[in-house]
Amino acid sequence: MVAQQFPTAPRARRARRILGYWRHPILQAVVKAILTVFVTASITFFLIRLMPGNPIDIRIADLTKDGLMTYEEARAQAASLFSINLDAPLPEQYAEFLGNLARGDLGYSFVSQGTPVTAIVLAVLPWTLLTVGTGLLLSFAAGVFLGLFAAYNRNKPIDHILSLGGSLISSVPNYFIALLIILVLGLQLRWIPITQMRGTYSSGMQPGFSLDFIGDVLIHASLPITVFFLASIGHWILSMKSATVNALEEDYVNAARARGLSDGRIMTAYVGRNAVLPLVTQFAITAAYAIGGSILIEQYFTYQGVGLRLNAAILQRDYPVMEGIFVIVTIAVVVANLLADVLYTKLDPRIGRAGGATGR
Amino acid sequence: MTAIAVPRTRDTLPRPVEAAFEFLRLLSRRPSGLIGFIGIVFFLLLAFVAPVFVPPQEQSNVNEIYQTPSLQHFLGTDNSGRDVLNLIVQGGKEILSVAILTSGITTLIAITLGSFSATLGGRVDAVLVALADIVLTLPTLIVLIVISAFARPTNFVSLAIVLSVLGWAGLMRQVRAQVLTLKERDYVEAARSLDLGLFHIIFREILPNMRSYIVIHFVQGMTGAIYAQVALIVLGLVPFTGNNWAKMLYFANSQGAFYFRDAFWFVFSPILAIVLLQLSLVLFVNALEDIFNPRLRSS
Repeated sequence: MVAQQFPTAPRARRARRILGYWRHPILQAVVKAILTVFVTASITFFLIRLMPGNPIDIRIADLTKDGLMTYEEARAQAASLFSINLDAPLPEQYAEFLGNLARGDLGYSFVSQGTPVTAIVLAVLPWTLLTVGTGLLLSFAAGVFLGLFAAYNRNKPIDHILSLGGSLISSVPNYFIALLIILVLGLQLRWIPITQMRGTYSSGMQPGFSLDFIGDVLIHASLPITVFFLASIGHWILSMKSATVNALEEDYVNAARARGLSDGRIMTAYVGRNAVLPLVTQFAITAAYAIGGSILIEQYFTYQGVGLRLNAAILQRDYPVMEGIFVIVTIAVVVANLLADVLYTKLDPRIGRAGGATGR
Repeated sequence: MTAIAVPRTRDTLPRPVEAAFEFLRLLSRRPSGLIGFIGIVFFLLLAFVAPVFVPPQEQSNVNEIYQTPSLQHFLGTDNSGRDVLNLIVQGGKEILSVAILTSGITTLIAITLGSFSATLGGRVDAVLVALADIVLTLPTLIVLIVISAFARPTNFVSLAIVLSVLGWAGLMRQVRAQVLTLKERDYVEAARSLDLGLFHIIFREILPNMRSYIVIHFVQGMTGAIYAQVALIVLGLVPFTGNNWAKMLYFANSQGAFYFRDAFWFVFSPILAIVLLQLSLVLFVNALEDIFNPRLRSS
């Protein structure tokens, strides 16, 4: 071709093409996501090892607690139990961790010898995703609808009720909602059999695709879902309302009215679509927040999800399990973020052209 | 996003007083905002002034464990027979101090990083934004649990510092976005062409125009700080010696009072105090947003 006569041209063009790909918002978001996972994994690796106490000390303390065993016996047993070398230099441990992580291997639990961390995490993660995911999606849908409704009925009683209710519910920390459900509905009024609803499903239930099992799972999940739903709905109502109020004053809405478009079409295609945009990017942040909060909520409901397992791992200083949960949770949040970014570029064509899918 | 335009009618009053009057006048038109403001003042008085007049009650009384509310004990008694109302009066100071300090530190970090990031641009900007994005995606509470496990914050200053480590990112990005738009304004261009220096441009030209923004985020930051610190204390990760609302819940949890029917008021009182404080802050913030955003104010 012509380009071959000029040796520098194809290289320059290729460089420009690679740069062009790099500028693509989705690729940028992917690179940023990988970087985020790497940085989080690294930070937590060192933070975890800075925590006082290590798994062996904690097991020794556990064994000598009831006075049945001397310190030496306990030490010998603990040392034989843990085939781990915590004396290896930290950089060496770190290099090994990163190498394993790159291959998708999260190592083995210290405390439950021989159990791969991946298996432990995969056993608890679906439950948290089920409760957090369902709760957040339901609250997003309901909140956006109610916020839009409030904005269209601005300064009417229903708007005041929704706005005040939104402020009220969003000011209650999610773990207090869980605690209040237990205290008021469970213990004072005795409307809910709290103790029977502990766990992810009733003991004796055979896991499978039977109607009984699914129903049982939903009953057990209903309390955490309610908490995540209530904890975030206020935020969506208030944000959607103020975004809609802003969008209603835009010129293009007046223009659409002047063109004689129906109110329903203006509400969905012009006002609602533009108002919901900034909320989409907030969704991932809310997810990160909710998963963090699950540690207390799952404890109150004794729900065997990521939060409860993580708390146990922290108490036992089970480093690989802690790390594994951190990495998986970060990946989950980062993927949610990435989806929000992609969705954002789809919803807002301006972003795709101008570059930068970070929103706001 | 400019501060409230103060009509210069009362020429006799100094400007800050005048602005305060104008602010209260605007606030009084929003009943919920006024309630929030009164709530905040109430909690500040309860936390910092009331303990001066009400002596703390150290004595435990085994004969009066888990009493239900009565005339002697308006909110009942706790697991060692102490008056719950007294504990509530004593227990606000630490919570509010940590909240104010944390929010102050995070706001300071966010404003500094955000404005430098936007004015300097280039590589500094890219690195700081990437850092903020990473912090935003971290499950904050979980990371805080690990940090506080090794930092072991033993007083409220160190707890506030721990809480500030991760709290700045959201505001930093918003400050950056604001500064990016303000940067293009004529008066900033003028200051730059006069070669007034980066510090002058940021602190004298740009930030004064973001006052309302900063105030709103300071109050919002307090709600976030309260959420995180209560969670950490309830989980028993903050070895405080003192007494505060969250510590009451920690003891209630470790004594099994959650499942003890008569202990309802002992558990419920600190929850109510924290929720009402949060509610006051949220209502106040909403009113502030209303007041500072002329678009929302118009009707």
